[in-house]
Amino acid sequence: MSTGHRRKTLVRLLVNGEEHTLAVPVQRTLLEALRYELGLTGSKQGCDKGDCGACTVLARPRDGSGRGEPILSCITLAQDAQELALTTIEGLAGPQGLDPVQRAFADCGALQCGFCQPGMMLSARALLDQCPRPTLPQIQEALSGNLCRCTGYTKIYEAVEVAAGLREPASRPPVSSERAAASDQVAHVPKEIAP
Amino acid sequence: MTHPVHRPGHVGARFPKVDGAGKADGSGVYADDIRLPRMLHAKILRSPHANARIRGIDVTLAASYPGVVATLVGAEMPAKYGVIPWTHDEQALATDHARFVGDEVACVAAVDERTADEALRLIRVDYEPMPALLTVEDALAHPEIKVNERAKVGNVTKHVELEFGPVDDAVARAAAVCHQVYEYAGSTHAPIEPHCAVARVDGDGNLTVWSSTQIPHYVQRELSRVLGLPQSKVRVIQPLLGGAFGGKSDPFSLEFCVAKLAMKTGRPVKILFTREEVFYAHRGRHPMRMDVKVALDGDGRISAVDNKIHIDGGAYASFGLVTAYYAGQLLTGPYRFGTYRFDSTRVYTNKPPCGPKRGHGSVQPRFAFEVALDEAAEQLGIDPIEVRRRNFIGENVETVNGQRITSNGFLKCLELVEEASRWTERHGKLGPGRGLGVAGSMYISGTAYPVYPNEMPQSGVLLKLDRSGRVTVYSGASDIGQGVNTLLCQICAEEMGCDPRDVTVVAADTDLTPVDLGAYSSRVTFMVGLAAREACEKLADKLRAAVAAKLGCAPADVRLELGTAAGPQGTMSFAEACQLAEAAEGATLASTGGYRTKKLGGDYRGGTIGASPAYSFTAHVAEVEVDEETGIWTVRKLWAAHDCGKALNPTLVEGQIEGSVYMGAAEAQMEEMIYDRSGLLFGPSLLDYRIPTSLDTPEIDARIVESDDPNGPYGAKEAGEGPLHPAIPAIANAIHDACGIRIRQLPFYPQRILQLLRERDARRAGSERVA
Repeated sequence: MSTGHRRKTLVRLLVNGEEHTLAVPVQRTLLEALRYELGLTGSKQGCDKGDCGACTVLARPRDGSGRGEPILSCITLAQDAQELALTTIEGLAGPQGLDPVQRAFADCGALQCGFCQPGMMLSARALLDQCPRPTLPQIQEALSGNLCRCTGYTKIYEAVEVAAGLREPASRPPVSSERAAASDQVAHVPKEIAP
Repeated sequence: MTHPVHRPGHVGARFPKVDGAGKADGSGVYADDIRLPRMLHAKILRSPHANARIRGIDVTLAASYPGVVATLVGAEMPAKYGVIPWTHDEQALATDHARFVGDEVACVAAVDERTADEALRLIRVDYEPMPALLTVEDALAHPEIKVNERAKVGNVTKHVELEFGPVDDAVARAAAVCHQVYEYAGSTHAPIEPHCAVARVDGDGNLTVWSSTQIPHYVQRELSRVLGLPQSKVRVIQPLLGGAFGGKSDPFSLEFCVAKLAMKTGRPVKILFTREEVFYAHRGRHPMRMDVKVALDGDGRISAVDNKIHIDGGAYASFGLVTAYYAGQLLTGPYRFGTYRFDSTRVYTNKPPCGPKRGHGSVQPRFAFEVALDEAAEQLGIDPIEVRRRNFIGENVETVNGQRITSNGFLKCLELVEEASRWTERHGKLGPGRGLGVAGSMYISGTAYPVYPNEMPQSGVLLKLDRSGRVTVYSGASDIGQGVNTLLCQICAEEMGCDPRDVTVVAADTDLTPVDLGAYSSRVTFMVGLAAREACEKLADKLRAAVAAKLGCAPADVRLELGTAAGPQGTMSFAEACQLAEAAEGATLASTGGYRTKKLGGDYRGGTIGASPAYSFTAHVAEVEVDEETGIWTVRKLWAAHDCGKALNPTLVEGQIEGSVYMGAAEAQMEEMIYDRSGLLFGPSLLDYRIPTSLDTPEIDARIVESDDPNGPYGAKEAGEGPLHPAIPAIANAIHDACGIRIRQLPFYPQRILQLLRERDARRAGSERVA
């Protein structure tokens, strides 16, 4: 039986601009280190095997060169992330407050349960850093590694376009049907539903 | 057409979700984000057999494994439970019978998750494997093998047969009859958040369970029963919930296990399901086989509908008693049926239990019916939209099975999708491989009666006003992402004129909040909305009276709006109004509101199931493209118009429509729970099961129709489940328009399409030879 989780190793992680030195089991994933060791619970565990994208964080070289690329923290070992400068959802907001992506997701109703959103927003931020005025197919491609089960993605695309300054949030008014007259309130004795 | 201009944040406004910031910056707390001092982690051992007698369980080795703190077997909490009081047929851990691959058998709590996982492998279970019954046919053919001992007859969970009018006579006299068999595949909810529960017991023996549940009240009841604790000592709290769709509306084994282990060890305990375990917890869409007749008279009016339904239930009942009824009871709108009969049988099988997935019980028959209706109309040469319009049941009417319909905006829904899709100029004219299809549907806004019979309100709201001007709403309702907490803030703003951002919602905590039965059957907006409005109106009256006394005017002349209280001569802030009212009251300003059960439903056994205080209506048009060489098809666009009565927040309503359409299209496209011959679920992962990515999801155009229901809060009805239904039959009907084939089995895999295309070509060749 494996006892790998009892052997610990020292890892240095640079997360949201802060340096951390942690003693973690050698099998510790980056997601576990973020959530359990650093209390950065904004990164979510949806599948723990790289399928859903809820654990997405942004990574770039420690020297600050290059752009943040989305990586899956649940299938990255903590010890393999030591050369990276990491951004989690907790680090996305800047001194001016929420990132435009975060604000647009809230304004457009792009978040429902919110569980996929940290990863989704980080993927969206990576896209906009690389391509400030993306087309719809580019947005769809960039977010295709982040599963959302609530929204049908429609308002997520809208939010990315709003964050990019390409459009305003949706505002189509509802359409009226004819007003119903007062109901006739057919009354019955309530019955138990026992078979 | 004019639309009222809404003030920011009030009812009808596109107001951002009040929990949006916490979700956007990662600070929101979901169940798995909870860590308590000295917390243990537990894991559950699951059966590798689909049907096996358990002769013994030996946990000795596991108990002595370093790091293990406690073990747990079913004999320590053998009481049976279930969400429906009439069908208690589950145990948190099986004592003597494992009923599917993945059924829970034993549990270990340890210092960390991996240690608990390792210790599971040291548990010795003595199984006596028995033949597994994996299909409805097998389960009915072998009554001598019991999947679940609760079944009184063979393996039948529930059988319902109801007839309204002389169906056979109407079929015999019909101008056109479509009689076909339809098969709907099982699918699962796949919320992105796996189930998670944390339990803690305090020094006085009070148990607290944080759980990713959409039914805190029922979980509290069942925990109390199974653990033998008074309900008053059980507190259930629902933290932020990462998606549910009906998949978290049963009590689950993990809630009982963490609670019992916390009681045994005196330490907090957490269980987080792996993604694989979420697939075994399931409670997803029931596979159904439907033998359907739809009969039209010479005018194209629906004279008879007859449906014989077999439902594959899996190993436990869950909501299955209701499923057997819903499969028939919810089909009787938006069209008038001359006569109607359904014969519905839910059967136990040795597979993960099915339950309520978004559109519980009625998505499958809706697919069958809407496709059969198209086919029958085609025989008479009637346009698919025209046949639906001609059969519209109307408003303020009773359905053939005795359900009361109040508002009904279906015609407007139909008109919107007809126009938006340019139906008239394009249906039947898009050329080979492209087509349009239409479908409609109806769904409940909550069930008229609570799951356990009682005279108490189904939803309660407690409201408190602070002299700072802060409003606190205590609501038992579960915000599962649909946004009920936001609606509560908007209702406070609407009624009392406060800033919706000055409202705190304390929700879904059985110690702190009034009872709400849970987020299921699309009941929340309707019922908690009415309860909240009632509570708000009481406090608004007190505010107006106090302000009127101060300003020397009549209470009716006081306007509460935009954070102020204004009379004809003078204005004050909302906080000042609160202070005046608190002084006048001489006590804390508080009020309550409730949703009380209305007496509704057909006057026959089962007539109350499917009875709802209001029904929503939906119409979809789908446009598809089919590659006739490969059978690969795509939805180019789905137009969905939904009558939600009144959109309390159009952004949230659109989100519900879009999410529903996506989930329905996914069931048509790709989703299926597939088992091998031993009952093993094939590929219990998101990658193998496959849910649509952004690249697989069709373009969705969501339209809101408002019919202003006389009984709903501000006219509102449901929006979260109804809009799923028509997506599947609209796609099937569009595939027919594109290439002349009728697909009657889900999912619409390309190989099935290809097979039907070959059969079509063979038929055409045959008829040419005959000619």
